[in-house]
Amino acid sequence: MLKYTLKRLLNAFVVLFIVATATWFLMQFLPGTPIRNAQKLTPEQRAQVEAQYNLDEPLPVQYALYMTDMARGDLGDSYLYGGRPVTSIILERLPVSAFLGTQAVVIGLVVGLLLGIISALKQNSIWDSGAAFLAVLGVSIPDFVLAPLAQYWLALKLGIFPIAFFESWWHSVLPSLVLSTSIAAVVATFTRTEMLEVLGQDYVTLARSKGLSRVAVVVRHVLRNSMIPIVTIMVPLTAALITGTLIVGTVFSVPGIGEQFVRSIFDKDFPVIMGTTMLFAVFFVASYLIQDILYGIIDPRIRVAGPRE
Amino acid sequence: METSNRQITFTPDLFEPVQRSSEDAERITGAPIGFWGDAWRRLKSNRLAITAGGIIILILVLALAGPWLTPYTPYGQVLDRQYQTPSLSGFWFGTDEFGRSMFDRVWVGTRVSLYIAALATAMDIGVGMTYGAISAYYGGKLDNVMQRFVEILVGIPILVVAVLIMLVLKPGILSLSIAIGATGWTSTARLIRGQVLRLKEQEFFLASRSLGAGTYRLIAKHLIPNVFYIVIIALMYTVPTAVFFEAFLSFIGLGIQPPNASLGALINDGAHQMRFYPYLLIFPAAVLVLITINFRLLGDGLRDALDPKMRK
Repeated sequence: MLKYTLKRLLNAFVVLFIVATATWFLMQFLPGTPIRNAQKLTPEQRAQVEAQYNLDEPLPVQYALYMTDMARGDLGDSYLYGGRPVTSIILERLPVSAFLGTQAVVIGLVVGLLLGIISALKQNSIWDSGAAFLAVLGVSIPDFVLAPLAQYWLALKLGIFPIAFFESWWHSVLPSLVLSTSIAAVVATFTRTEMLEVLGQDYVTLARSKGLSRVAVVVRHVLRNSMIPIVTIMVPLTAALITGTLIVGTVFSVPGIGEQFVRSIFDKDFPVIMGTTMLFAVFFVASYLIQDILYGIIDPRIRVAGPRE
Repeated sequence: METSNRQITFTPDLFEPVQRSSEDAERITGAPIGFWGDAWRRLKSNRLAITAGGIIILILVLALAGPWLTPYTPYGQVLDRQYQTPSLSGFWFGTDEFGRSMFDRVWVGTRVSLYIAALATAMDIGVGMTYGAISAYYGGKLDNVMQRFVEILVGIPILVVAVLIMLVLKPGILSLSIAIGATGWTSTARLIRGQVLRLKEQEFFLASRSLGAGTYRLIAKHLIPNVFYIVIIALMYTVPTAVFFEAFLSFIGLGIQPPNASLGALINDGAHQMRFYPYLLIFPAAVLVLITINFRLLGDGLRDALDPKMRK
């Protein structure tokens, strides 16, 4: 198990290194200069600005400097915001996204599990079709459609929620709800499929014929065994959160990390783009790592061979 | 219980010898039904999937012919007819801030979105299928190296790759397709690899091989036909993902640039003016949702029809 974990960990670092290198070099191809009013500056001023950001060094040196700084946890300084360190920008915005995301995952998991359990237990009933319809809607309506619509009807027309900004807990409810829909839909479909499979197993028939109550069978045998593969959806969930907070953050003007990413793209604030990209990559790689390790713990067969498919 | 007590007397004249010949036993009653015929029969009985297919065809027709149904053009700006509300007698979907007919713009946008989705899907399937098939067919060291490479690629967030590609290439139809195709092919490759690995183990493959079939014959006659149905199913799920992603990139401003339209660009415009002109958002959003829902439903139907074992 230790060897397997170490192998996955090494793999994760290779991925992060490749992402960092690829992103850094791609940034060099981006059109335009990061220096504002570059034409108006005297050569001396320009040299001074370039020296401040190590832009006067040759590319390989710049790359080496950036990578060593990053290894020490320093992501450089923003080109905007008066040269503020990128780490401090990220640290300021990350908690907002994390809070929104966690709240959305909790809502999505609860709603999704309930929908999935109901439709599996009442298979082929009107409840099942209803839940299936909701799940298809949840997956098919993108956040960037749902968010403006929810903002229009629930916030503007009905006035139930604040329209935008992030000032109190109440402000976080609507963005979280929008974020949670796709999570709930994925969880519901997944739970239904898994439960139906477990319900057909011999040990469930045995538990029933033993005289266990329906509730006991479902809670103790079916649910427990269906929950194991829910680990599989960890990565899609994380991915949904990253892209989700981006859209929701932009629509509802929530000062999260996604909103900063979009803003930096338009500002050509390379250090911030680079820093947020690395943050997303770390999130993503970490969720894969956790998923693989959890798999190894749950299913001993995987430890030897490594996960397949 | 009267019947059980009744006596039945059997006499020889009640029986008649069956006329059979060895020829009759060999005759097949009813026309033989092939794989595709069987799949079509199963698909036809799935009303939901057929309806979804019909709606997709309708959307395709409107995307191609929609702009010709009105006397207006999608780009013609007429400033004295700004923000007309949708009506049956005038502009069916209303007009935008430049007086452009939204009906025309929505269908032109749909056309662009579907075109990008088709290009991206072609790249995704083409690269993914070739990569997965080569990796599985040759196996061994090559497979190992190729799979490690995919593992690393999978670890990179799709969003990051797509955004970087869009930043480096100029935003446009081709760069959007490349960004979407470049990020999607890994899952197709894994799918195809799994299927080819399974086929390689089967007896018919071994039989053909021991009869002396070469690589070309094995791939063309045995692997491709048996992988084809998986590709069709994958296609149905890739198209809506691509439409979705195109809209997403256009929504954050990295996709189709004005005055050109795509569903994402229209939704983005609409969302900004939603407060006063909600119809600018609702029509393109509805078309996008209809496309994604119906492709998914048709995909589910095709999966059930082509691969009954996978049925959930």
